[in-house]
Amino acid sequence: MKAQLSQRHLLGIRGLSADEITHILDTAETFREISEREIKKVPTLRGRTVINLFFEPSTRTRTSFEIAGKRLSADVINVSSSSSSVTKGETLLDTARNLEAMSPDLIVIRHPSAGAPHQLARVCRASVVNAGDGAHEHPTQALLDALTIRQQKGSFEGLRVAILGDLLHSRVARSNAHLLTTLGAEVALAGPGTLAPPEFASLVEGRSLRVERRIEDAIEGADVVMVLRIQRERQDKAFLPSLREYAVHFGLTRKRLELAKPDAIVMHPGPMNRGIEIASDVADGSRSLILDQVANGLAVRMAVLYLLGGGAGTNTSNPTTRVKDEAGTAESQSSKPAASSADEPATEPLRAAVSVGGTGTESSK
Amino acid sequence: MLVSAPMEFVEKARIMDGMRINRALARLASEIVEENHGAGHLYLVGIQRRGVPLANRLADKIADLEGERPPVGVLDITLYRDDLSTVGANPIVNRTDLPSDVEGRNVLLIDDVLYTGRTIRAALDQLIDFGRPRRVQLAVLIDRGKEHRELPIQADFVGKFVPTKKSEIIKVMLDDFDGEEAVAIVERPTAEGE
Repeated sequence: MKAQLSQRHLLGIRGLSADEITHILDTAETFREISEREIKKVPTLRGRTVINLFFEPSTRTRTSFEIAGKRLSADVINVSSSSSSVTKGETLLDTARNLEAMSPDLIVIRHPSAGAPHQLARVCRASVVNAGDGAHEHPTQALLDALTIRQQKGSFEGLRVAILGDLLHSRVARSNAHLLTTLGAEVALAGPGTLAPPEFASLVEGRSLRVERRIEDAIEGADVVMVLRIQRERQDKAFLPSLREYAVHFGLTRKRLELAKPDAIVMHPGPMNRGIEIASDVADGSRSLILDQVANGLAVRMAVLYLLGGGAGTNTSNPTTRVKDEAGTAESQSSKPAASSADEPATEPLRAAVSVGGTGTESSK
Repeated sequence: MLVSAPMEFVEKARIMDGMRINRALARLASEIVEENHGAGHLYLVGIQRRGVPLANRLADKIADLEGERPPVGVLDITLYRDDLSTVGANPIVNRTDLPSDVEGRNVLLIDDVLYTGRTIRAALDQLIDFGRPRRVQLAVLIDRGKEHRELPIQADFVGKFVPTKKSEIIKVMLDDFDGEEAVAIVERPTAEGE
């Protein structure tokens, strides 16, 4: 009767089951209606505190989380690195411990380093939501993309999705690759060789993911074309000869889009570089769902905050268990996790983090 | 609110079959239009989940009587529950859909069972966030009795009054969800005593 997430945190898509993903999407679908009401607020998280801890610039994601929290009646506090004691030399863990002392129920974190949310999750009693960590994962973005796709296409089974551009630096691409293939879609990645290494095909095991050299080969026959942002702030290592050359060979133009299915949809996580990775007439065209993505982002974040923060004792009770398993203790929680992650490469700390959740996916079913 | 009873519950008695449910709804429809002097300002709002088919059936019966089918809305009270911090897992959130404005209408809330009154409190709070109805009434198929009430809430229209013990559960089964039409009293076996 009551479905729930097996984990207390949302650190990444990897490790979530298809059922869990679908449960989040279903919940998000019902939350859309709240934003259409005259009074766009429900009392669900009254008395709960959400801290938005942002170590990277962000307008869309931070605002989205802030509004999501407020529409659920939570108290939302924004902390950004430029205005915080981080600039005074405080470490992430010290920042976390200090915030923890103020008893927040949920911490939403964006950080330039992969694995930062996982580290936070190990020391905090609050539920941690990853709002983007380095080039690793951005789970709520992938969930909102999936919600947008599902609204248009109905289901994911056999759906062909092209993800184009700077894959190397893209946490959006990684989260989407995990999510879409878990739900049964066939994903084709494409971009310049320096930004789309062939090894990406082994990102997911046993599911349909391939890497193409030419973006035309990925777009051909696609139901969904997802364009990634060229991260100009990360281009200092000469991955590209020039942005102009990128636009010529890898930009999504109307002509290239003709290779996709006639009813294909176009998506972009924003912020867009018009005329570089996406042509303006495509971005503003009838097949573009970029603004739907933003609206769905709000619903997805409300759903995530509700599912992680709405139930039994987020901050005061036993941190290892959300639900059925009453056995865990705070001590067993802290003794379990850290060791297994020590040798993990920085880009893939999620495997370790999954065990932090205490109950595995199986045990909650 | 009633959660579908798991296997370990034993059925003690069947108190209504499909025919009786139908007759009770027919009587409720007459009482509702009599009390409201017709169907003019009526707005039926079913509480998820079993209140929803009941609301639609009442609207059909009111249409038969008055030649005019009142609008039907759907309310999911999950996000307004007062026990979210104690229920453990988060309950599934179902759809809320109020197609017409509640402002100035005679809203009739409809649920399957009235027990503690907490569901109705949540429904009232949510309804009022949508506007200011002229009047709010409550119709239920089963009233378990005033002694169970934890809030000062009573029903205006009752299909059947069924005094029960706290250990008992009223199970309302409707074709829409359960594949049969019946109301039963179930109880946890005493041997396992919890």
